[in-house]
Amino acid sequence: MSEQRKQWPLYEVFIRARSGLEHKHVGSIHAVDARQAIEHARDLYTRRQEGVSIWVVRSSEIIASDPGDAEALFEPAKDKIYRHPTFYSIPDEVKNL
Amino acid sequence: MYTQGLDSLGADCLHQATDAVTLEQRFQSKVDADDRIEPKDWMPEAYRQTLIRQISQHAHSEIVGMLPEGNWITRAPSLRRKAVLIAKVQDEGGHGMYLYSAAETLGVSRDELLEQLLAGTAKYSSIFNYPTPTWADVGAIGWLVDGAAIMNQIPICRCSYGPYARAMVRICKEESFHQRQGFEIMMTLARGTPEQHRMAQDALDRWWWPSIMMFGPNDAASKHTAQSMRWKIKRFTNDELRQKFIDITVPQAEFLGLKVPDPDLRWDEATQHYVHGTIDWKEFEEVLKGNGPCNRERLEARRRAHDDGRWVREAALAHAEKQRARETRAA
Repeated sequence: MSEQRKQWPLYEVFIRARSGLEHKHVGSIHAVDARQAIEHARDLYTRRQEGVSIWVVRSSEIIASDPGDAEALFEPAKDKIYRHPTFYSIPDEVKNL
Repeated sequence: MYTQGLDSLGADCLHQATDAVTLEQRFQSKVDADDRIEPKDWMPEAYRQTLIRQISQHAHSEIVGMLPEGNWITRAPSLRRKAVLIAKVQDEGGHGMYLYSAAETLGVSRDELLEQLLAGTAKYSSIFNYPTPTWADVGAIGWLVDGAAIMNQIPICRCSYGPYARAMVRICKEESFHQRQGFEIMMTLARGTPEQHRMAQDALDRWWWPSIMMFGPNDAASKHTAQSMRWKIKRFTNDELRQKFIDITVPQAEFLGLKVPDPDLRWDEATQHYVHGTIDWKEFEEVLKGNGPCNRERLEARRRAHDDGRWVREAALAHAEKQRARETRAA
């Protein structure tokens, strides 16, 4: 399949919904280059004023953590509940704390 | 992430527990706990294949679904109707794109999926193999076909597979406009001249049965339902969703002053549900097999669009490569 080899590369799309908010991942899109990826992302993901800014990045450039490492990475934080304000009991009569 | 039961085994055990049975148990307990499965998570091969099949069929349906309504864009009765119809058909194309993207996260390429559609080996919703001879059909499709689609799709927003569920959330938000604009067209026709009223009735007569067949075979005949429900790809059975659709749609038809073309349809006080007549599953199977009124026409239109667009795809890619080469030389 000659066309199979010529598939347009995949880009991940991130959109800033309003100024003041961060860009958020919304999905992906095929495009020949970054400029076209932005044009296509605009047509596909902002038909209803969903954004004021678009980021695209080649999907192959994203480095992700391995789900198999999830415990090693995230479990250590689980028992450190003293990092949350609710861990500390303060009498009700003390205000503004 | 993982359930209580697995946590209590201790961290050391978790790393050793990688044989297939344990992986499958861990997968199922995650699904049971209403946690989501994401692309890089371990999943049973049958789950992956089921999702690829379902999501790609869904994507194909959106793409082929652009055709029956696209038929009316040049002949919409007013500029307003035309702008709305273009926006709706564009949404359907967008829905197809969201869904192809979701399917691609499962390790299948978009080109493979498109090839399956064009080769006629992939299925798409049989409803789109019916013709749209009058403007009222555009109304009936929005009201009934999109209405049935919403009924089917809302539970999929809570599907166990993250990318599919997220695509569905976007889609459902957009479908609501589709259904309302369809109902508005039906309302305008139903309240218009006697001829327009007849047109609306004729469209309902032709779209009613195909719409309620959209929910798929009766539960007893549906071979995938049990497993899909265990995997939380599906949350309700075909018959449950069909019943819900009929219960909400019949009063809407009554509001329009139109008659649902089912002589056996009646309200049942005891169950508080409508009881409908027998569905002609023979017709459904024939259309699914490729013998519906427009199967051939739909696939030909898709193939033609694909072939006619080939030079654009190739030229865009060649242009991008040339630009990149130029930039490299300049650097």
